[in-house]
Amino acid sequence: MEILVCIKRVPMVGAALILTDDGTELDTRRLGFQLSPHEENAVEAAVQLVEKHGGSVTLLAMGTAESEEQLREQLAIGADRAIIALTDGSEPDPQATAAGLLEAIRADGAPFDLVLLGSESADVAGYQTGIRLAHALGLPVVTNVKGLSITDGVARCERAVGSEREVYEVPLPAVITVRDGLNIPRYPSVPGRIKARKKPVTTHEVTIGAPRIVKHRLVVPPATAKGTTVLEPNAEGAAALVEAFREIGVLS
Amino acid sequence: MILVLLDVDRDALDPVSLQVLTLSRGLDPDVQAVVAGDASVAAEAAAHGAGVVHVAEHPGLTDYAPRATAKAVVQLIASLSPAAVLAGGTPRGNEVMAHVAAFLDAPLATDCTSITMGAPFEVTRARWGGNLLEESSVTASMLLATIQPHAVAAEPSAAAGTVQAFTADLDDADLAVRIVERTGAAATGVTLAEARVVVSGGRGMGGSEPFAMLDDLAALLGGTVGCSRVVTSEGWRPHSEQVGQTGTKVAPDLYVACGISGATQHLAGCKNSKMIVAINTDGQAPIMQIADYAVVGDVHAFLPLLLAQARAASAG
Amino acid sequence: MNLPTSAKAVIIGAGIVGNSMAYHLARLGWRDIVQVDKGPLPNPGGSTGHASNFLFPVDHTKEMTELTHESMRQYKEMGVLTECGGIEVARTPARMQELQRRMSSAKSFDIDDTQILTPDQVKELVPYIDETVILGGFYTPSVCVVDSLRAGTIMRERALEMGALSVFANTEVLDIEVVDGHVAAVLTDQGRIEADYVIIACGCWSPKMARMAGAIIPLTPAVHQMKDIGPVPRFADAKGDIEYPIVRDMDTNMYERQHGSGLEVGSYAHRPILHEVEDIPSNAEAALSPTEMPFTQVDFDLQDEHSLELMPEIIGDENVREKYAINGLLSLTPDGMPILGETPEVKGLWSVAAVWIKEGPGTGKSVAEWMVLGESEIDLHASDIARFHDHHKTREHIVARTSEGFNKTYGIVHPMEQWASNRNVRLSPYFEREKALDAVFFETVGWERPFWYESNAGLLEKYGDAVMPRTSEWEARWWSPIINAEHLEMRETAGLVDLTAFCIFDVIGLGALETVQRTALRQMDVAVGKVVYTPVLSPNGGFKSDLTIMRLAHDHFRVVTGGAHGMADKKWFTDQLPADGTAQVVDLTSTYTTLGIWGPAARTILQAITKDDVSNEGFPFGTCRVIEIGPLRVLASRISYVGDLGWELYLPMEQGARLWDIVWAAGQPHGMIPVGIGVYGTTGRLEKSYRAYGNELESEYTVVEAGMQMKKVKDAEFVGKAAHLAHRDEDPAAILCSLTVDDNTSSTGEKRYMLGREPILTLDGTPITDRKNRRSYANSAGSAPSLGKHVLMSYLPPEHAVEGTKLLVEYLGEQYPVTVARVGNAPIFDVTNERIMG
Repeated sequence: MEILVCIKRVPMVGAALILTDDGTELDTRRLGFQLSPHEENAVEAAVQLVEKHGGSVTLLAMGTAESEEQLREQLAIGADRAIIALTDGSEPDPQATAAGLLEAIRADGAPFDLVLLGSESADVAGYQTGIRLAHALGLPVVTNVKGLSITDGVARCERAVGSEREVYEVPLPAVITVRDGLNIPRYPSVPGRIKARKKPVTTHEVTIGAPRIVKHRLVVPPATAKGTTVLEPNAEGAAALVEAFREIGVLS
Repeated sequence: MILVLLDVDRDALDPVSLQVLTLSRGLDPDVQAVVAGDASVAAEAAAHGAGVVHVAEHPGLTDYAPRATAKAVVQLIASLSPAAVLAGGTPRGNEVMAHVAAFLDAPLATDCTSITMGAPFEVTRARWGGNLLEESSVTASMLLATIQPHAVAAEPSAAAGTVQAFTADLDDADLAVRIVERTGAAATGVTLAEARVVVSGGRGMGGSEPFAMLDDLAALLGGTVGCSRVVTSEGWRPHSEQVGQTGTKVAPDLYVACGISGATQHLAGCKNSKMIVAINTDGQAPIMQIADYAVVGDVHAFLPLLLAQARAASAG
Repeated sequence: MNLPTSAKAVIIGAGIVGNSMAYHLARLGWRDIVQVDKGPLPNPGGSTGHASNFLFPVDHTKEMTELTHESMRQYKEMGVLTECGGIEVARTPARMQELQRRMSSAKSFDIDDTQILTPDQVKELVPYIDETVILGGFYTPSVCVVDSLRAGTIMRERALEMGALSVFANTEVLDIEVVDGHVAAVLTDQGRIEADYVIIACGCWSPKMARMAGAIIPLTPAVHQMKDIGPVPRFADAKGDIEYPIVRDMDTNMYERQHGSGLEVGSYAHRPILHEVEDIPSNAEAALSPTEMPFTQVDFDLQDEHSLELMPEIIGDENVREKYAINGLLSLTPDGMPILGETPEVKGLWSVAAVWIKEGPGTGKSVAEWMVLGESEIDLHASDIARFHDHHKTREHIVARTSEGFNKTYGIVHPMEQWASNRNVRLSPYFEREKALDAVFFETVGWERPFWYESNAGLLEKYGDAVMPRTSEWEARWWSPIINAEHLEMRETAGLVDLTAFCIFDVIGLGALETVQRTALRQMDVAVGKVVYTPVLSPNGGFKSDLTIMRLAHDHFRVVTGGAHGMADKKWFTDQLPADGTAQVVDLTSTYTTLGIWGPAARTILQAITKDDVSNEGFPFGTCRVIEIGPLRVLASRISYVGDLGWELYLPMEQGARLWDIVWAAGQPHGMIPVGIGVYGTTGRLEKSYRAYGNELESEYTVVEAGMQMKKVKDAEFVGKAAHLAHRDEDPAAILCSLTVDDNTSSTGEKRYMLGREPILTLDGTPITDRKNRRSYANSAGSAPSLGKHVLMSYLPPEHAVEGTKLLVEYLGEQYPVTVARVGNAPIFDVTNERIMG
């Protein structure tokens, strides 16, 4: 099974988001970068599927050459090769993102049975790149997947809705976007790191069209102070907690 | 005219759809709605300002099918030429609208908190899980957008609406992806990463024995036990239970932190929990700052009280 | 609780250092202490929170060893110490020799449980190591890990219990106010606190705090990379924090330690990654904590391979995964030592920075003693913030030296090793002339000083084996036999020495005499024109310094001291100035240059270029006066640190080159040669038993022990007087002796020459300890070419401090016979000082 996982390099943020002076970007000078969270699950799923069904995992990241840092990280957990869809670093809108990924996939030329993405990126959160890519590739797409198994060329996808799971089945090839909770992503091992250094990373330059969603500025919303209710360590305090547990439905 | 996509699941209208109707009325007096296959919610939508509720009909539209729904919406757009098509920023709203945008090769602004009609359209949308807002303009003849849940409160409208059915023209590809089955929660047992409730212990537990209380509380609440790094280092609990940057990151509905001060690396692994209860002798401990409920006191004295009351509640 | 509006002392920082300071100040009786930190407790987000927390007690620096030792004692007392042992492993023969050197340092500084292990012995202790990649190990059973956060909490709580402390977390310092050169208040986001003392204990944020007050703490935040992998199957049943010894893979600059079910792999091998203080994210902005920065794997690639080589069983296990990896921030200083003490710029503003976990509590105790009692039990001079010269405080210097020094963290650092970066900062007026003579320059506090002159290489033939040639690469490194040839030639003719690196400052005003009297042990109420060499005592009667003071007028004294310690001396004198402003200290280091001329022909040469009388009667030893040399007025001072007749000649910097040319021309007919600091600093002084500050003279030794007491003590008050009087009444616990090495031949037949800090042993190989629990070791070591011997200086207990006593010195794993040649302050060469007095 040939699997493509599209990943994105995003800043590793803490509790507070600091903006650049012109207010158009996150100030990342003091921050590190990481994989957008759902995509860790996508890579893990791909590696597990290949462990089970054979095949290979190809990673595709769109962005600057620095994306190699995240690609190597995921090559270390078991992906086989990687592609950088190289851009000038400006932020594409979701349409341009899908177009850029498509351009790189076509330039690469290899066929894929399964294309995995995160359901939405941590930073932009457009919820649409996977769907646009599926349309462009002429493939079916299931999004928001939290359970995934493949039998006889059909992907059984589970989506969590409340306490239920909706099940979708699509024949491969298909595009599937996944989310946190699908699996527990493994951390890299040192032998994995060492192997990853020798795995191929190819680069395709892609052009980004003019955005149709033009970002003017970013705003940090006024803090809504999280009210902490302080309870006494006595029976009244315990009663208040039991009541709170009931309200959120974890205690009958 | 603004067309609102209704999010319906088995006759139930997602409340965010009502919020979108309300918001739409503020943008344009002519608000219409579209729903796939299911007319049962038409009256509710009409009561929130949908002058016309368009019901897409097709034999294949028996249950949720995102691409098929989108195809129907695209066909309706062709006949109605709305100024904007809006949906709730719910998983389904975002998904169907992304299909619509893909069919039309048009921009889609998701999770908007405000919209100003015009050329271009001006929107404010949420990024970074709502921790950051983006002010953007959207260049398009028609605005496609989803609205962040709770951006506005739903308000009923006096006007009464009508229902108009139309037949959607769908092919097999449109119907290929749809719900084929519904199951209960995954029957994989409660793992730390997926648990709805995590009851966690730290250095303040003082040893492995007091963790029995946490096991009991977790069982009562249908959850599992976690711990801080020092606890695994001390050998009180296995590493598999460690919550934090170096262990498992969790985001349960309820996180109960017992005797955990809240080292940064621990907080990184649990701060996304929906409700945090912290029990600690130090009222200034970092975990207390992010807790919804902070109990300043000794876990060994307080946990038995809490267990007793929880047991009583559960039995009652 | 609201922030108080005033306090005796404000401690900024609640890491291991701030907490240690809080406790020890409280223990020593201070009350009304306020501690603030911008982060939360117990882990405010500084380096303490992510430190590896292990302590290796053996270090080549005595000060560091003592601070670590004291810290271990405190950690143990607090119950937060787990002894696990530690092994430094060697992959190369050079490292095996270095491990032998560590054995020596261990013995010299009182750590006796160490041993050299074979690869198989290492494997027995650390079964997951591949013993085939190592040649051996240096095992220290007392190596331990500590819980530094817990220790901090305990110390804070103790201070709280004493009612001495109030603590304010989540309180950020915005400004430090200074009034008339004295710290006045700390402004925080929670309010303003007036304070008599402000203690900066903020690790890598310290420079930012100091800047608020107009002071400089020259350190830089730098990255130390580490990753934690696991769970390791072998450690599945491990109880507690650590069961296996910590391994330091010295040749790859890495360490590996078991940590619960995981293995922590740390490195000092990666490229130096320095940050500006402003680059450090806030607690809120940081994904982890401010000092746990994102791991940059690309910098660790090579280290992965190295750790795999050493521990293939664990590192090579595909199922052992990286749980946690950080670029942890720590503080680096240009010379690798901490930055302690009151800032020279602002009274009452104290720095306790660049302190690592291993020396935290010991440093807290020592600085608290310094603040409360005026002096610490452990001599902190190598860490004194006052040691820095101005150019040391530039960002460029800090970056250059910390970058160069970072990879030496586990390096084999030669005692004489020179820095390669940021050289040629301070050049004497003779620099071009020295270069023309093929001088080999060594650096002292920025000054480029000729250590020897290759132009003197021709003398090697003349003196043959008398130059004591060294065949071992280690001892020949940063050394030349030309040094000894210059020495011998100077003793026959004359030598010209560039002494521009002297630190020179004047004490002037009506209160000048009172100031120098207070500071100096010796009588300073002397005639104008007298030159007095004097110890400077600490309050407890130990050595604060030794230096020379010239009385130039009734209200004018000139202090001349070594460059290395000069800035600290200047601060010490400044601290002694009368409060009424009747005396001032004026730094003239960059105003005056000094040229020395010594040797039997020195007087003839000098007399040839001056009309002033420089005969023994006309210019007695221990006097100074201005003489005319050609068109120059030169302050000549007749003293000697090399054991021969001669003068130091002081004159304005810009006129130095002219003086050099005049003396040079006059010296040629008499065979005068240029002589480097190799002679001035080592060979010349050693055969005369002249002491050097920092080697023989430290605050831990008394004047009596150094054999430098005068017949009577002056009536005037001076710092350390009471203690000194008491010392005179008691039998010294040890006496500084000069020893000659009887046979330098090693077991392989090679001549080996000690370089200093080697342990002195009795004939049966037992280390020697005096009744104050101090070990005897070679405070200095070097050639005495005129004697044809290698000479050591060492403090020996009275039973061994007897001329003719036979002892041993241990050097790189072998023992060599030595004889006590002199007891106390008596020269081995030219016993009656005829050469100087002639």
